[in-house]
Amino acid sequence: MRAAGLALERAPPIAVPFRFFLTAPVFLIAAGAVLVWSGPEALTWRGSPAALAAAHFVTLGFMTMVMAGAMLQMLPVLAGASVPHPELLAALVHVGLASGAAALGGGFLLGWPVLLKLAAWLLGAALVPLVIAAAAALARAAVRNATTRGTSLGLAGLAVTVALGLVLVATYAWGVPLANLAARMLHPAWGLLGWAGLLVAAVAFQVVPMFQMTPRYPDAMTRWFTAAAFGVLLAWSLAAWYAAGSPVELVLGLALAAGYALFAVSTLLLQRRRRRRVRDATTAFWRLGMGCALAACVAWAARLVAPDELPALEIAIGVLALAGFAVSVIDGMLYKIVPFLAWFHLQAAIGAKRAPHMKKILGDAPQFVHLALHASALALLLLAVGWPEAFARVAGLALALSAVMLLRNLIVAARRYRRVARAS
Amino acid sequence: MSRVAETMSRDHAACDERFTAAEAAVAEGDLARAGSALAAFTAALERHLGVEESELFPAFEQRTGMTDGPTAMMRLEHAEMRELVRQLGAALDAADAAEFLGLTDTLNVLMQQHNLKEEQVLYALLDEALGSDAEPLLAGLASP
Repeated sequence: MRAAGLALERAPPIAVPFRFFLTAPVFLIAAGAVLVWSGPEALTWRGSPAALAAAHFVTLGFMTMVMAGAMLQMLPVLAGASVPHPELLAALVHVGLASGAAALGGGFLLGWPVLLKLAAWLLGAALVPLVIAAAAALARAAVRNATTRGTSLGLAGLAVTVALGLVLVATYAWGVPLANLAARMLHPAWGLLGWAGLLVAAVAFQVVPMFQMTPRYPDAMTRWFTAAAFGVLLAWSLAAWYAAGSPVELVLGLALAAGYALFAVSTLLLQRRRRRRVRDATTAFWRLGMGCALAACVAWAARLVAPDELPALEIAIGVLALAGFAVSVIDGMLYKIVPFLAWFHLQAAIGAKRAPHMKKILGDAPQFVHLALHASALALLLLAVGWPEAFARVAGLALALSAVMLLRNLIVAARRYRRVARAS
Repeated sequence: MSRVAETMSRDHAACDERFTAAEAAVAEGDLARAGSALAAFTAALERHLGVEESELFPAFEQRTGMTDGPTAMMRLEHAEMRELVRQLGAALDAADAAEFLGLTDTLNVLMQQHNLKEEQVLYALLDEALGSDAEPLLAGLASP
């Protein structure tokens, strides 16, 4: 059974992950465009149509888009868990996610309930099969370790996020009364801490030591972190739902913030001890991402302790967690996954002798240009949280520009792949 | 019994160490040191691959009858690694540091995902199939 998993492992065709990766930056550009168009509104009230549209372009259109594509790619390779009908599933998830994210953002911006209803159906049609197929593949996985366990919990986090999202969209689009105000806070919390946070941790346990040759994460962390984080997230959610404002909710919330901060600090410390010392954009993106994750945890803890002080902190947490943590880490991963997949598929097609290596697929220089643009956009976004009137539009422009550079780099890599594949 | 898993995983780390040394030497522009570091890495890698291909895999294939299974896949990836190592030598001969570092980046990802599959699946299968008979097969490693 376990042998079969390894023997049958076959990476899906390169088009499966690439279509997700090439679509994602378009939504990041869209998020920047929303900020330019709306100005300060999106960065002053998180419930504003512009903020909701920009946030979902980032979380669904960019983050979930890349994470879904990477998952369909990685499950067979790293876990020996093959997904049935990968091409069909990829097409369904890709189209549903892209059209659903566009409809959702458009629905918020235009205030059209019909678009929100459409978005709910499209996103459901994309994400429910993704969760089911990936969970089924993981259940049969040849490998059982911290990464497959964490990925399974991340998928459960996605399922909860989708369920809470549907509850919220039902109030916006169908006028169903909201059962509990806590849903407004729990939906983004599950998306960030459950889906994105657990998947990033699960992946980090393998790729940080691999790519940078750092020591391994402490055994206790790889063994317990994702399960403990999931458990505390669940307990905190129940406290928020049934005992809002209670000391139990506060303590559990602080424990969550401390747990994720511990993960970010561990990663930063491991990276300081990395043995591969070559200049590497992926490492820089990850360090930036983990620094932002840590800052987001500290800001969240402060907000939990003093909910009435500094309302802008709530927006700052969103910026740090989305643009700072998730987007940085994903950018860093893309710059390893995309060139490697291009090389891997080329050497299979034309032989390792003639396949151009990763840096011929995409050089270092454009990756570092993107890093500089991304870091500038992040700095401007944080300034815009403090001074929305002065900085919101320029921050939006910087975010869009940085995403254009990412898109350009991915297109360069995809074109080089295609040119070499066709020439032979 | 986890003789294969322990010994061979430790040897992966020893190979990684030499790989990193060669890469660091080139990154620092010390091509003389890079030459001896690359030779040390190549020797360690060949010893490791040799033990797998000439000792462990045949014993496993004979015992289980699986000749077209996981070991075939691993041999294929070994060939890909050897080709990249050959190109590393050529890049060093041409004193082309950029080419060398592009190749090490590629070899690193290939090697690490390969090691992961061996350490998490294949070595457990080898231990299961070979038991204490694996012991003498590992003698060729002589890793420090």
